[in-house]
Amino acid sequence: MRLRRRPLHRFAVPLPRFAGEVRRTANLPHSWGRGTTKGWRGRWARTVAPLFAIACLGAAPEPPAVSLETLLAETPAPKLADYRLFTDAAGRRPNAGLTPYALNTPLFSDYAEKFRMLYLPPGKAAAYRPDGVLDFPVGATLVKTFAYPADLRRPDAQVRYLETRLLIRKAEGWVALAYVWNAEQTEAVLKRAGTRLDVGFTDAAGQARHVDYAVPNQNQCKECHQLDKALLPIGPKARNLNGAFAYAEGPENQLAHWSRLGLLTGAPNPAQAPRTARWDDPAEPLEARARAYLDTNCAHCHNPRAVASNSGLFLDLEETRPAQLGVGKGPVAAGRGAGNLKVGLSPGHPDESILVYRMASTEPGVMMPELGRSLTHDEGLALIREWIARMPPR
Amino acid sequence: MIRFALALCAATALCAAANARTLAVAPGPDAQERIQTALLDAKPGDVVALAAGRYDLTDGLSLDVDGVTVKGAGPDRTILSFKGQKGAGEGLLVTSDKVTVRDLAVEDTRGDGVKSKGSDQISFLNVRVEWTGGPKETNGAYGVYPVSSSNVLIDQVVVRGASDAGIYVGQSKNIVVKRSRAEFNVAGIEIENSMNADVFDNVATHNAGGILVFDLPNLPVMGGHSHRVFRNQVVDNDTQNFAPKGNIVANVPTGTGVMIMANRDVHVFENVIDGNKSAAVMLVAYVQKFDDKTYNPLLRDVVVRDNRIGRNAWDPQFAGGPIVKAMLGGAVPPIMWDGVTAYPGIADTVKVRITDGPILNLNLPAPGELEKARPVVAKTIGDVQVAEPKAVVLPKPQADLGA
Ligand code: HEC
Ligand code: HEC
Repeated sequence: MRLRRRPLHRFAVPLPRFAGEVRRTANLPHSWGRGTTKGWRGRWARTVAPLFAIACLGAAPEPPAVSLETLLAETPAPKLADYRLFTDAAGRRPNAGLTPYALNTPLFSDYAEKFRMLYLPPGKAAAYRPDGVLDFPVGATLVKTFAYPADLRRPDAQVRYLETRLLIRKAEGWVALAYVWNAEQTEAVLKRAGTRLDVGFTDAAGQARHVDYAVPNQNQCKECHQLDKALLPIGPKARNLNGAFAYAEGPENQLAHWSRLGLLTGAPNPAQAPRTARWDDPAEPLEARARAYLDTNCAHCHNPRAVASNSGLFLDLEETRPAQLGVGKGPVAAGRGAGNLKVGLSPGHPDESILVYRMASTEPGVMMPELGRSLTHDEGLALIREWIARMPPR
Repeated sequence: MIRFALALCAATALCAAANARTLAVAPGPDAQERIQTALLDAKPGDVVALAAGRYDLTDGLSLDVDGVTVKGAGPDRTILSFKGQKGAGEGLLVTSDKVTVRDLAVEDTRGDGVKSKGSDQISFLNVRVEWTGGPKETNGAYGVYPVSSSNVLIDQVVVRGASDAGIYVGQSKNIVVKRSRAEFNVAGIEIENSMNADVFDNVATHNAGGILVFDLPNLPVMGGHSHRVFRNQVVDNDTQNFAPKGNIVANVPTGTGVMIMANRDVHVFENVIDGNKSAAVMLVAYVQKFDDKTYNPLLRDVVVRDNRIGRNAWDPQFAGGPIVKAMLGGAVPPIMWDGVTAYPGIADTVKVRITDGPILNLNLPAPGELEKARPVVAKTIGDVQVAEPKAVVLPKPQADLGA
C-alpha cells in the first residue's frame, strides 16, 4: 500500500516525472517471469493513476528539494535521507526531479527487485551518445534500490528494501555508494566495506528460497563499474534505455520521454537510435536476446577496457570475433573454473562450454559473474544454453 | 589551495612518507569489515598493519588506493583465512599502483590467493599463500597472481597447493621473481604472455612442473619474450598433475623441471635441475589448435647452458614417453626439444643453443606431430649467439624493498 500512496506535492510540478513503472511486456512465459515482479509495477501504475486525480484536489506544503549540495559534498552523507532523494523515511516516495527508468535487459541479482531512477539538477540535461553511457552533467545521480517481496507471487506485499545504491556524477568523476536499510525500514546508512544480509522469500513456484545477499564493498562497485579504470554507470546507454516505459500518463519510449521533458538533448527519434534486445521477450530473435543478456550481465567486466580484460573473453554486444566470444578459446587463468572443459563456447554443445558451466555454478572461484550473485539465474542460463545449442557445430 | 598541496603531497614519495599513517587492525569479530574499511580509508603512503593472529574472512578483500603497504606480523603469525569465503574470485585483490603486500599469509581462498590487476610497481614480499588441505583439484588456481601489471616484485614468497600455478605472472612486464618457494602446486612458477622476467634463486619442488614460461593465443597481451631463468633449484617435482582438464597446465607432464613454450629470447642457466622424472628441460612450440593470426606458436631464440642437470627423465609421463624411451634403448635424455623450426605464415627463424646435453631433438615437422618424430640425441644443439636479455631493473623504491 505504501508504494501506491502518492505524495500530494507532486502535482505542483508541471510534468510529474515519477509515475510508477511497469515491465513492458505483459505476456512473458511463466518461466521467464519467475522471480521478477512484472505484475507489481503494472498494478502499481494502474492503481496510481486514479490517485492522481484525487491528489490534485488537495494542496500540501512542498517538501524541501533534493540536496544537490549534499550530493556534491566531498564526503558522502552518512544517511541516505540526508540527500532528500525521497520525501519519506522509508524511501518509497521519490522527490521532485527524479525520473524512474528501466532497462531492456537488466543485470540479474539473485532475483532481487530493482527500482532505478535518475536525478538531474534543475535545468540540467544529459547529452545523447549513440555508444556507451549517456553523457550526464555534474550533479546527476543514478539511484538503484534492491528489494525483495516476501513472496514473488505477491510482489506488492511486504516488500523489504535491502540497499539503495547511488552513482553520483561529481566534477572529478563518478562516485559509488551503498546505503543499507535497517530491519524497520525507516533508515538507510552508508556501508562502505560491504556486508551480508539474510534474505528469505518465496519464489514464483512457491518454493521457499534463501539468499545470503551480498552488499558489495566500495571497491567492488568499481570492479563492475569501470572503463579504463574510471568509475562509470553501466545501464543508461541509449540502446538499453530504448524501449517503452509505462508512465502514469501512459506508455512512452524512454528516450522520447526524456527528450520531451528536457532531460536529454541531441537524441534522434528512437527508431533511429540503437537498441538492446529484451532478453526475456520470446518475440525477439534468440541471438539478440542471448547477446543482450551477456552484454548486461558480463560485458562490464568482460571487455578489453575492464576488469576481466586479461581473460580475452569479450562479451559486449559490439564484439563480433568468435574467439573473443569464447568459440574454440581455451581457458586462461581458470583452474577449476574451467570445469574440465576445453573451450569457452562450443557451438551446438552447451554442456561443453565453460561459459555455461560458470553461469550454472554458485561456487566462489567458479561462478560468473564473480560478484553480485549467489543463486543461479535459471532463466538466463536456459537462454544461453538454448543459444549455444542452436549454433551450428563447427 | 590546500587541496592542491595535498595532491602534490600524494604525488611525491617523500611527502607521502612524512604524512604516512598506520591503520592498525587486530583479529576478532567483524574482521572482514574492519580490514576492508582500513583498505578503503588508507591514503597514499599509509600502512595497513594487520596484527598477529587469525582473521576469518567471508568475502574477498580489495585495495584500490595507490602507494599503500599492507603488512602483517609475519607469514606464520598474521593469517588471513578464507575457508569460509562466500564470494569474489580471490582473497585479496589489488587494483592500484605502488602497493606492497608483505609479511602475512593467505589461506584457503576459493579462487586465487592474492591478485593484482593492472597495477604498476606491485610487490609481494615474505607472503605465504597456502591451501592447507594439500594439493587438490578443488583448490584455487593461482597463489600469487599479478596480471596485466608492470614492475612486479615477488620476493621470499611461499605458495603451496595451487591447482594451476603457485606463482603466476600473466600479461605483465618487467618482472622479478626471486628467493621464493613454490611446492605442491601443479606448476610452481609460471610466466605467461609476459615480457622481461628474471626468475632466480627460487626453489620449485614437489610440483607437477617446476618453472614454466608460456605464451598462449587469444589474449590481449601476446608475444612473450626476454626472460632469464637462473640459479633456481628445480628439484623433485613429483606431485601427480592435479589440474582440472582443459587448463593448459593440465598438459604439463608430471615430473617436468623447466618447460618453455612458444616464446622468444628465453635463457635458462645455472639452475640445479634434478629428480624430475619426465624431463629436466622441455622446449616446445604451442601444440593446440588456435584461431589467432597474430599469435606465434614457435619457441625461438632459446639458450640452455651451464645448468647442473642431475637425474631426470627416467620415466617420462608425456604422450609417447614410453615409446620414445624404448626407441632410445631405455635412456631418455633429460633435455627435450621438439625441434619445430617453422610454422605456416610465420617468418621468424628459430635459433637455439643448448649445451647441457645429452639432448633429445624430436625433429617434429610441425607442433605436436609426435608420430612423425625423427628423434636424434645430441651433446649440444646450435651454436648461434643469442644475446642474453638485460637484467630486469625495477624502479628504485621497489629495488630497495627487494634488496
Ligand atoms: C556484479 C557487478 C556489479 C557490482 C559489484 C555493482 N554493480 Fe552497479 N550495476 C551493475 C550493472 C550491470 C548495472 C546496470 C544494469 C542494471 O541496472 O540492472 C548496474 C547499475 C547500477 C546503478 C544504476 C546506474 C547504472 O550504472 O546503470 C547504480 C546506481 C549502481 N549500479 C551502483 C552500484 C554501487 C554503488 C555498487 C557498489 C556498492 C555497485 N553498483 C556494484 C553491476 C554491478
Ligand atoms: C565482476 C566482473 C565479472 C563479471 C560481471 C563476469 N566475469 Fe567472467 N571473469 C571475470 C574475471 C576477473 C575472470 C578471470 C580473469 C582471471 O582469471 O584473471 C573471468 C573469467 C571468466 C571465464 C573464464 C575465461 C577463460 O578463458 O578462462 C568465463 C568463461 C567467464 N568469466 C564467463 C563469464 C560470463 C558468462 C559472465 C556473465 C554471465 C561473466 N563471466 C561475468 C570477471 C567477471
